[in-house]
Amino acid sequence: MTPGDLLHFAIESLARARLRSAMMLIATAIGVASVVVLTSLGEGARRYVTGEFQSLGTHLLIILPGRSETAGVQPSLFSGETPRALTLGDAQALLRVPDVERIAPLVVGSAPVSARGLSREVPVIGTTADFLTIRNLRMAQGSFLPPAELGRDTAVCVIGSKVRKELFPRGEAVGAAVRIGERRFRIIGVLSDEGRAIGYDLQELVIVPVSAAQQLFNTESLFRILVAASDHEAMPRVRDAIRKMLSERHQGEEDVTVITQDAVLKTFDRIFTALTLTLAGIASISLAVAGILIMNVMLVAVSQRTAEVGLLKALGARGSQITAMFLTEAILLSVAGAGAGVALGFAASWIIGRVYPSLPVGAPVWAVWLALGISVASGVVFGLLPARRAARLDPVVALSGRK
Amino acid sequence: MIELRALSRQFQVGEQSVRALDDVSLRVETGEYVSIMGPSGSGKSTLLNIIGLLDRPTSGEYLLDGRHTTGLSDDELAGLRSHKVGFVFQSFHLVARMTAFENVELPMVLASVPPVERRRRVQKVLTDLNLTDRAHHRPDQLSGGQRQRVAIARAMIMEPRVLLADEPTGNLDHVSGADVLSALEGLNTRGIMLLVVTHDEEIAARARRHIRMRDGRVVADERTALEPSAR
Repeated sequence: MTPGDLLHFAIESLARARLRSAMMLIATAIGVASVVVLTSLGEGARRYVTGEFQSLGTHLLIILPGRSETAGVQPSLFSGETPRALTLGDAQALLRVPDVERIAPLVVGSAPVSARGLSREVPVIGTTADFLTIRNLRMAQGSFLPPAELGRDTAVCVIGSKVRKELFPRGEAVGAAVRIGERRFRIIGVLSDEGRAIGYDLQELVIVPVSAAQQLFNTESLFRILVAASDHEAMPRVRDAIRKMLSERHQGEEDVTVITQDAVLKTFDRIFTALTLTLAGIASISLAVAGILIMNVMLVAVSQRTAEVGLLKALGARGSQITAMFLTEAILLSVAGAGAGVALGFAASWIIGRVYPSLPVGAPVWAVWLALGISVASGVVFGLLPARRAARLDPVVALSGRK
Repeated sequence: MIELRALSRQFQVGEQSVRALDDVSLRVETGEYVSIMGPSGSGKSTLLNIIGLLDRPTSGEYLLDGRHTTGLSDDELAGLRSHKVGFVFQSFHLVARMTAFENVELPMVLASVPPVERRRRVQKVLTDLNLTDRAHHRPDQLSGGQRQRVAIARAMIMEPRVLLADEPTGNLDHVSGADVLSALEGLNTRGIMLLVVTHDEEIAARARRHIRMRDGRVVADERTALEPSAR
């Protein structure tokens, strides 16, 4: 039998058992589609998080108060308790570290913001002019905080686009006055929606000078300090120098955590890759289930077609030919199912991408190949048993219709 | 030419061993027309299965065209079935999803005959058996007689030396039965050995040699002196 003959024979017998074929096809398709969808979700999450971090720049170091034993996100980020405060003095001192290009101290809180009788509770960030460059932010209107000495307290602020829309539905915002907490600030700029910043929604943000924020929230300590090194190679050097300087300033105690962008990125990358693999593993179970279904249905098919197998043998078919015939059917089904599943999976991922545009979904190439590979392999593995059973049938018994 | 020497076939049925064939020796020359009769369980079908290489004897020897078949592997037996033996069954055994053309083509597909050659041969055989206008009908669109003629066409397509027919008219009415028999006999006059297993004395009488079986043994083996009745 030529491959063409085998294919023809398989297609004809599959077409004959339409319902059975369709069921096996759907089972495989669902398995493959779930691998594609779940991994593209995992991959989307990974890309989203790494994208967020990369948008912060690769020269960035983040200094948090409190000592953390392991790299990555540390507990005080969540608890809010800081063992020893980072101060504006610390921030100022960091500027003297070689290869430090820019620093942006951060004070973060939430305060009621009101203008012309409209009021809203919004997150407020106190920082300096360099924050704009460090976080790659863009202005839609006006300008960002002016460069000034750290301790200088000017009553100006920059607002996000959503805040602008809500507080100034019609009028011009730049130049207008708002009340933040108990103080009046003049709006000098509106942030563009472009750019991302992990943890905050840029559209709903109000940015004020750092000392104004300290006064507003009645605190001396900083939430964290962002430091931009002059280049990527200088990062380890700068990190060590910062640790040393801060421990000197804190009476020899190493009570700060310095995180480099790379470390965070790698950690998240690992976490999300593991997540994607887990999802792929879970989805693969449905592929295995599909494989077993194929096996069962093929076994039923073999017993239904006993007489046909007997006939083929009487007509001179060798055992290997009969194996090949049934195996071709199983493989054909699983390949068709896998193809349909990939299409279905990509369609579903595309829809998810439409519904959640911020999630960069997209099945990783390896997952697609994995799904295809597993489904074809399961076609072979689970098709082999029924096919061999068919090949071993006794032609006399098979022809007589007894089983 | 087929030759059976002291052939036996035993089946194990539960604890008991049943002799379906018991020491059968038989020689049938190329071109002979033989009927095999006998009550149910007399071993006729087992004999036919062994001659058709679907079954193996428990003991004894079977020579097909002078060649010993006893020690052959399954694949070698499949090869001999493909080229030397044609089967016609009582219940036709056509593949339901295939057209008449495809059913006749099937043995050649299995034997890897090139498609162009296949087409040519199928068309010729279908013409011989008066089935040209039925070539693209499926079995369920054919009458019983037509089905059996398709089966005969399929049995003949590899140009075997031996044609084995197990109750070929058992499922047919008288007219189509006669049709089918004359088709088979037509092939016999061209030199193919025809072995027909039947219950029907009238059909058996058409053969030139009559074998009767009982309890796994050949109890009678007679030749008709008369001219062959198939005319």
